[in-house]
Amino acid sequence: MAASSTVPPASLLRQAYLRQSTAFCPGCGHGIFMNAFLRAAAALPLDFDRTVFVSGIGCGAWVPSPHFLADTLHVTHGRAMAFAAGVQRARPDLNIVVISGDGDLATIGGNHLIHAARRQTPIKVFCLNNWLFGMTGGQVSATTPREARTATTPAGNPDPPFDLVRLVLGAGAPFAARWPVSLPRQLARGIEHALREPGFAFVEVLSICPTHFGRINEPLFPAGEAPQSIPWRMLEWLRRQCIEREKAAALSPEERAGKILIGEWRGEECWP
Amino acid sequence: MGGWQESPALLPPGTYFMSGNEACAEGALAAGCRFYAGYPITPSSEIMVHMAQRLPELGGNFMQMEDELGSIAAVIGAAWGGLKAMTATSGPGISLMLENIGYAIMTETPCVIVDVQRAGPSTGQASRPAQGDIMQARWGTHGGVDLIALAPWSVQEMYELTIRAFNLAERFRVPVFLLADEIVGHLHETVTIPPAVRTFERLRWPQEMPFDTPEPDGVPPMPAFGEGAYLLVTGSTHDGRGYRRTTDAAVQDRLMRRLSAKIRRHQDEIDDWEEYSLEDAERVLVACGSAARSALWAVQQARRQGRPVGLLRLKSLWPFPDEVVASRCGGRREIIVPEMNLGQLAGEVRRAAGVPVTSLTQVDGEPIDPRRILAYLLEEVW
Ligand code: SF4
Repeated sequence: MAASSTVPPASLLRQAYLRQSTAFCPGCGHGIFMNAFLRAAAALPLDFDRTVFVSGIGCGAWVPSPHFLADTLHVTHGRAMAFAAGVQRARPDLNIVVISGDGDLATIGGNHLIHAARRQTPIKVFCLNNWLFGMTGGQVSATTPREARTATTPAGNPDPPFDLVRLVLGAGAPFAARWPVSLPRQLARGIEHALREPGFAFVEVLSICPTHFGRINEPLFPAGEAPQSIPWRMLEWLRRQCIEREKAAALSPEERAGKILIGEWRGEECWP
Repeated sequence: MGGWQESPALLPPGTYFMSGNEACAEGALAAGCRFYAGYPITPSSEIMVHMAQRLPELGGNFMQMEDELGSIAAVIGAAWGGLKAMTATSGPGISLMLENIGYAIMTETPCVIVDVQRAGPSTGQASRPAQGDIMQARWGTHGGVDLIALAPWSVQEMYELTIRAFNLAERFRVPVFLLADEIVGHLHETVTIPPAVRTFERLRWPQEMPFDTPEPDGVPPMPAFGEGAYLLVTGSTHDGRGYRRTTDAAVQDRLMRRLSAKIRRHQDEIDDWEEYSLEDAERVLVACGSAARSALWAVQQARRQGRPVGLLRLKSLWPFPDEVVASRCGGRREIIVPEMNLGQLAGEVRRAAGVPVTSLTQVDGEPIDPRRILAYLLEEVW
């Protein structure tokens, strides 16, 4: 939308909305998400003085706390949705935004996530899915792809992962979306859409953890002709794998195999 | 702004007949509680049911959460939203809440947690009384920290000590336990509702630091979300403004010591007890909660038979009233602690009094039998 083109550059956004610089590893996808979120916040605009950011434990949870210049509630591992539900009921006049990781929201905290979706609590949830537990050294999570290696699945993950969008839609969420950090403009627009939703909105952000997932799964991310860094190869891989759901409809099953659908879903599509 | 105030008691003044759990809920409302989150569990559920009806009438918020972890999480969230908040449960629920109770201690979040104790461990006996959670309340969360716990023995005290629990929670920015049990929870008795109650209203913004004070034992005022304070609330080790300092030895040391000292050094504001026939007593019973009801009956009967016995009833259990116990127990011939667990209170009394203590325990899920306590006082058999 038009507002997006008037958003100031990232450096100015960071001056306006952040308290301090970030501690993420070089090449971490979470920094791309943070920039995209600030773009969306500036475009709306989202009033940081009237917003409470709730996060749990993990790298993703560090995006808002301590960085965002706003009220932040950095809580126990897995419980961000439940804390946020209490804040929301006590202060329905404030915007409540949860930003946390897949280990936090969907693995240890899955119960609170599905119940928040079922209640359609007006909370905006951004789940930074980097496919494993980054902060603790790269252990398998509920979203680690099957066969992928992690510190605790050295022979490959035997279990299938959650599809987080289908999970929350199945639980009753009226709005869910999935966007990768490899498409930062679409991601920023998607964040903006989610923040505009009146009720519960969930966005799965496909992020990258080059430090843990990238290094141990390097063969999954083949280098091009010129040597490239692991973060670059992971972003390239994401860009190739992701396909907008509308475009996927025109593909044959063979062409669609292994692709990750991105885009936005409405609850009523699933529950006619 | 904030501090001690007189507030209307909500219910018209007078005498009511109600259960302990209902009295607890009414006490909470009179104290200003406007947020409740909980999960059903015997024998505490009547508190939640009562709150579900009464809170909406008073413009408050009620939430039934998906589990006890979520209940205490929502309570803490609502407290930072500016509301007085509580939850109620029993031992199994406390077990699930403990991590977040530690979070409330670390973030200095006032809240009230009612534990209507039942016989355990595990699922145990859901509708039977016990006092097995005394140590769990104190030591259950990791890290070794201080909090406050009160022990009511009657329906009247379910009302009064719930109000006191809120006042202490707000005064010291700490979670406060109401360690009730199935007997006082389900008992029906008369309750006198006064025209007004004394409440402590949270000291608010503005101030320099929401998480430290110049004094090493101070309680910082507490802003709420949405007031422009740009709060950094975190369960990680933090400085006075809330910035994480997770590898700073001095910050961790100062925080740990202040979280403890703000309670321990103000123990004279917290200690609460009652004495019965202590003056000339050679043998003293020390008890709390419904076990003290059995103990008092035994003391009265033994006195009729000319035995010089007395009762010290503890209404506050944590921080443990060491000085009260030491000064009342020192120099007596025998100290006797009857309780519905395997000697949790007795151990504390022994430590504080520095004298030998006889521990009388009953853990069969029945109210501790006053006739057995009397038999011990008369014939020293248990
Ligand atoms: S460990 Fe992974 S997710 Fe965490 S900051 Fe580093 S790259 Fe990012």
